[in-house]
Amino acid sequence: MVFMQSLTLESATEKSVVWPRLLPRLHVKAFTGGVIVLLFIIIGIIGPSIAPFDPNKQELTAMMKAPAGIGAPHSLGTDNLGRDILSRVIYGSRVSLLVAFAVVFVSGFIGIALGAISGFFGGKVDFLIQKLVEVVWAFPPLLLGITIMAFLGQGLFNLILALVAQRWIPYCRVVRGQTLSLRNRDFVTAAQCLGASNRQIITRHIIPNLIQTSLVIGTFAMASSIIAEASLSFLGVGVPPEIPTWGTMLADARIYISTAWWLPLFPGLCIFVTVLGINLLGDALRDILDPRLKRSGAKI
Amino acid sequence: MVSYLVHRLAGTLPVLLLISFLVFSLIHAAPGDPTLLLLGEETNAADIARAKERWGLDQPLYVQYLKFVRAAAAGDFGKSFKYAEPVINVIKSRLPATIELAVFAIIIASLLAIPLGVWAGAKPNSWIDNLGTTFGLFGISMPSFWLAIMLILLLAGVLNVLPTSGRSTYGVAGPEQTGFYLFDSIMQKNWAAVWDGLTHIFLPALALGMNMLGILMRVTRSSILEVMNEDYVQTARAKGLQEKNVVWRHVTSNALIPVITVVGLELGTLLSGSIIVETVFAWPGSGSLLITALNARDYPLVTGIVMTYTLAFVAINLIIDGLYAVVDPRIRY
Repeated sequence: MVFMQSLTLESATEKSVVWPRLLPRLHVKAFTGGVIVLLFIIIGIIGPSIAPFDPNKQELTAMMKAPAGIGAPHSLGTDNLGRDILSRVIYGSRVSLLVAFAVVFVSGFIGIALGAISGFFGGKVDFLIQKLVEVVWAFPPLLLGITIMAFLGQGLFNLILALVAQRWIPYCRVVRGQTLSLRNRDFVTAAQCLGASNRQIITRHIIPNLIQTSLVIGTFAMASSIIAEASLSFLGVGVPPEIPTWGTMLADARIYISTAWWLPLFPGLCIFVTVLGINLLGDALRDILDPRLKRSGAKI
Repeated sequence: MVSYLVHRLAGTLPVLLLISFLVFSLIHAAPGDPTLLLLGEETNAADIARAKERWGLDQPLYVQYLKFVRAAAAGDFGKSFKYAEPVINVIKSRLPATIELAVFAIIIASLLAIPLGVWAGAKPNSWIDNLGTTFGLFGISMPSFWLAIMLILLLAGVLNVLPTSGRSTYGVAGPEQTGFYLFDSIMQKNWAAVWDGLTHIFLPALALGMNMLGILMRVTRSSILEVMNEDYVQTARAKGLQEKNVVWRHVTSNALIPVITVVGLELGTLLSGSIIVETVFAWPGSGSLLITALNARDYPLVTGIVMTYTLAFVAINLIIDGLYAVVDPRIRY
């Protein structure tokens, strides 16, 4: 008995030693991620006023210029049509920003609403919604996007729609599970006794309890939407070619890999760093807000 | 177990039917006319009408769909417009390349991610943990197609050590038997061809597997961390077992269940990723075939490939559920 006690005591002290070490690490994550995401948002918003050139202006006398460094007219070089890479990368961030936020908000709204309804009412409604979830979830991720884009045609709005089509699922599944347990809690029963309608209970009492988890899911969904947007644009089924995005820039760069390294490097680096920042922020948010998501959070 | 699997299979059928309806109608209603795309803009009306009749496109959509379902139930996905061959044969000729690539990507990812994850999880906050965590984060944030391009740029362009496109150098491989080049070459004891195949597959498989590597590493690490706090691990230590044995025998075997789930879930992403990676590396698999078919509006072929991928995805999930019982004897269906 004494032996067991000393064991638990030891593990308790072990934990308290780990915590102070873990905390600064969490802050580093949150800080780095936050700075990257903030920069991404700011550049996206004020892009047009800081971009040195019109992103679509073709300067045929300055084709395929290698990066000339800071201060030079084309600091990140130009592409095969003489378009300024820096300006295109800056304008590209606007598309990624718009797509990421639009997809996260719309899919979050749909997913949370359907998940809460599904979990709260149960029965036939739950069955139907869960069947829908099953059908959509059975598609390999990018494939549904490609199929929908083939149907809708290239376009920014269509792209957002195609991405939303699958990204509401994680919200719906997690929210449904949480609603199932929230439904039987005392505060819900109390609200019911006070005569609150189902709509009031869901919007006032259930959904506020789901916000933290949804926020974490949203961060990871944002990262995956940025990659998915770039992937679809890269495959030529995303946004139309006249809109500069990181994905279309990479697609254009493909033929020139061996001759112009700067063409694929910069747009890809932007995607990578932005997604890295969002993932860092998501990790930190998850650790702070909802440690239970740790395992399931890997696949959102 | 068997009754559970039969039950699950029966439950999948309506889902697959719904998916086939969705894919069929989306593809057929998509803008773009396959007759114009394949025959050219200058074809006269009579030829177009003849082609439409031959491909069954003159009939109402629901009739086309019913015909498709009836044939598909018997394993016939129709004839490709572009290749004028049964869709099944076209897919069969391309699928081995994709499977070979996916298997290699999984091998590379697991071989690196699982030991790294176990090591990192067993020693939280050590240098190896920091290294592993950073690596994992890089892996999940890396778009596979950009990594593919950068690998080509660096290893093939600058250092000029590895080939960047295709599955083999012309003339090295022996006669094709199964379509799996590496397997065929090993069977034929053609070691030059095996080496040639390996050099071709390495870069695409690495690009494709990087994402999975990141996720696997993270999941393995957090799963190990969780199991490390279990009572039986304390007991194992109290028995006086070496830490190495505790970690590998007691912790790892119990921590692998979520890892298997993730491998299964990620296979779907891997299949999707292969569409892009195959396009970048000119890998003659079913992923690049899908893009070709889509651009030609080859309805039967697109539907066939999407259905094959979906079927594979659903089947993999079933197998994963079955695997649980093997890994964890406590789970009984």
